[in-house]
Amino acid sequence: MSAGLALEGVHTHIGRYHILQGVDLDAPGGLTTMLLGRNGAGKTTTLRTIMGLWRASKGRIALGDRALHSLAASDVARLGVGYAPETMAVFSDLTVKENLILGARQGPMDDRRLAWIFGFFPALRKFWLSRAGSLSGGQKQMLSIARAIVEPRELLLIDEPTKGLAPAIVGALIDCLKEIKATGVTILLVEQNFRVAAEVGDEVRVMDNGRVVHRGSMRDLAADQRLQMRLLGLSLDSHQ
Amino acid sequence: MSLLSGDGPRGRPLQILIGAVVLALMLAPFLFPGAKALNTSAKICVMILLVASYDVLIGYAGIVSFAHVMFFGVGAYGVGLALYGLGASWTAVAIGLVAAAALSLALALAIGLFSLRVQSIFFAMVTLAVAYAFNVLASQLSDITGGEDGRSFKVPAALQPGFKWLDHPIFGVPASGKLIAYYLVFFVAAVAFLVLLRVVNSPFGRVLQAIRENPFRAEALGYRIVFHRTLATCISALGATVAGALSALWLRYVGPDTALSFSIQVDVLVMVVVGGMGSLWGAIVGAAVFVVAEGYLQDLMGALANAAAEAHLPLLPGLFDPHRWLLWLGLAFVLAVYFAPAGIVGALKPAEGKGKRT
Repeated sequence: MSAGLALEGVHTHIGRYHILQGVDLDAPGGLTTMLLGRNGAGKTTTLRTIMGLWRASKGRIALGDRALHSLAASDVARLGVGYAPETMAVFSDLTVKENLILGARQGPMDDRRLAWIFGFFPALRKFWLSRAGSLSGGQKQMLSIARAIVEPRELLLIDEPTKGLAPAIVGALIDCLKEIKATGVTILLVEQNFRVAAEVGDEVRVMDNGRVVHRGSMRDLAADQRLQMRLLGLSLDSHQ
Repeated sequence: MSLLSGDGPRGRPLQILIGAVVLALMLAPFLFPGAKALNTSAKICVMILLVASYDVLIGYAGIVSFAHVMFFGVGAYGVGLALYGLGASWTAVAIGLVAAAALSLALALAIGLFSLRVQSIFFAMVTLAVAYAFNVLASQLSDITGGEDGRSFKVPAALQPGFKWLDHPIFGVPASGKLIAYYLVFFVAAVAFLVLLRVVNSPFGRVLQAIRENPFRAEALGYRIVFHRTLATCISALGATVAGALSALWLRYVGPDTALSFSIQVDVLVMVVVGGMGSLWGAIVGAAVFVVAEGYLQDLMGALANAAAEAHLPLLPGLFDPHRWLLWLGLAFVLAVYFAPAGIVGALKPAEGKGKRT
């Protein structure tokens, strides 16, 4: 099973803004932890800080017994951390194939793993030699996630994978996330779509104003509408 | 992988254009006899390599550097001063080239490691300052470099115009050292171009393109930005150094105007843009178009001005005065950028559709 992630008292400043104000967060090894919260709560900054794209000004980040907070982003990635940002982050001038080759940094792509990925995202096989820039938004999102999982990872950080996607594609994405979960990788997933969160998540952490204000099981939060209203200002029913 | 690294020119018009330029350069001594035509052809070969090596930096890695001409100068001065000081031998050429390559690598490493961490505009300014300082240094160290006058030197006997390696001409062209010198320039430039083509189509080249598009994203995949950018700077510098060495061997002279002038850097930038940035084939088209225009636009304008004068047309003789060739070249450049922002290669590339897995 993959190692767990732990953040202790993490602060992040972006320019003169104090975004993360002492984040204490754990993502147990091998489980999918949902990171929820209102817009501007600090979820994306948390992922980017773990990844080393923003430097933590204070606090400790560890994956198992390895400290991440002092490492550059490239070194964090080399420890087996995959990151799929929210912005359909593909390299538009490169082909689908080249995008995935870049993700497989340790060597040639594994054909079996590739076939597994094509099972969720058949469009990637179809447009294999097309420029990523010519793909639709949903296909770009698929490519971004496929690139994050093209090699086995210790930890996956996924930021709002369903943002702006058509419902049919969201269904394929949920299936994909469940399959990735089944491989035993530790996942920290930011998601605004509460239905997706309820379906995929094992654990949940809720952020507000740069801090984690709730931790528990996803099942408990999904079952407690009053808690949803208090923490997130929404209920699962209103999303159905 | 094929000779062209699986990245041949795309589209029939571009293939025909590139094929015509390469064939013309390959047969230039026989197709275009005469000193001016051969000089123009040799300059195109040198410029193709210089422009291609600059495109690795600006088109693939997204690094804007104004020090590229400095590496060209290092190559030219390295070979030129070695031949001047050690005598006209191949050993001197080898020593000069190796020393120049070592100096270029050291300078590229220093520039890369110290400057590539800063934002691109500051990097461009640092390279401009370094290139300017190097130019001043070459002029000031006149005991070694010949200062503003530069140095004329003899090349190895086999490359000298007086050298005859056959008693009879080949297709009407004398079998002289000049012919050997031309084909030395042509083949070395061709091989170096193919090496650069291999580099940009290797996994390293793809990482460079990824870094150009989004450095943070590439870093989050585990790629070290400074390492890759520095390596790109070194490879590009080596290409320019070889181009400089070829230029010196062809001209048998090295001086600030032919090897270190900032106008060469501007010309290279124009050739990259006109040919098409981010495609090494653009270097062939851009260099050929620019050098031919530079060499023959004045002649063409002179003929046009005479024809207009004989026809008693108003204004046109003055407009086409050969001294105004730079004005027309500038106008052509502005129009080229306006109508073909992706360069000639970009304009001739076939429209892209979604492909399928092969």
